[in-house]
Amino acid sequence: MGIGVIGLYVHDQDEALDFYVNKLGFTVKTDAKNGSYRWLTVSHPDQPNFELGLFLPQEPVLDAATAQTMREMVAKGAMPPLVLSVKDCRAAYDAMRARGVEFTQEPIERFGSVDANFRDPSGNGWKMIQARG
Amino acid sequence: MPSQDLALLRRLLRAKDRMDAASEEEWPVERLASVSGVSEAHFARSFKDAFGIPPHRYLLTRRIERAKALLRDTDQPIIDIAFQTGWQSLGSFGRVFKDITGESPSELRSREQGAAHQLDHVPHCFISAAYRPDLKTAVSEKRRQEAADKNDAEET
Repeated sequence: MGIGVIGLYVHDQDEALDFYVNKLGFTVKTDAKNGSYRWLTVSHPDQPNFELGLFLPQEPVLDAATAQTMREMVAKGAMPPLVLSVKDCRAAYDAMRARGVEFTQEPIERFGSVDANFRDPSGNGWKMIQARG
Repeated sequence: MPSQDLALLRRLLRAKDRMDAASEEEWPVERLASVSGVSEAHFARSFKDAFGIPPHRYLLTRRIERAKALLRDTDQPIIDIAFQTGWQSLGSFGRVFKDITGESPSELRSREQGAAHQLDHVPHCFISAAYRPDLKTAVSEKRRQEAADKNDAEET
């Protein structure tokens, strides 16, 4: 029981799939197409029951103007922050950076932990925080 | 409002991210424009259209925010904080800081350090956003406005 899916809006689902799977190491949970609509979700390897949806803001779910507004919000980095917990922030940073992840802040040690920031290709911002202890 | 070019917005975000990551550095328009792949002539306008604030003023909010955090969280001398957050002199730092926050760096420090904080479980970006000044007007305009208000008060 608990939260099953939380969706992100992305600019391009193929690009997002490549990023979350090949660069972050997530696995595809569902990839179902129906016309122009594609239900695409990925899971973190350690959280198989939680799906992160990679959705397009699109018609007919949203009207055209709202869909465009949502796309702009994502591109401007205005969507709410996401947090990824990792065992070793610096090691994860090195590995992800080598795979081409766009970091917006290098690992910094503070508040008894280490954190770094990165963005997905669409503009969604992630904070990567090293689990304490 | 015409819909904005999404690729351009994403590149403007990159310029904003770079200022966020190193607000103490100098960010002349040509440097920001090159991060965004926009001409210098168009950069400031495009940035303001996207984020509602001119780039230099945005940078100012990040510097003040960071200075406030350092004043609160450390015991570093104020002059060190001024240089560390991108100011060239203690005088200009103190002046701009007071214009924006309404109190001097030392006043803010003694007030903040006197209060208890329980922010251990809040991600850093949220804490830092809470300290960001909301600069809807230019600092010079704010100064003028305050001077005008003062004159009004004296006249009545």
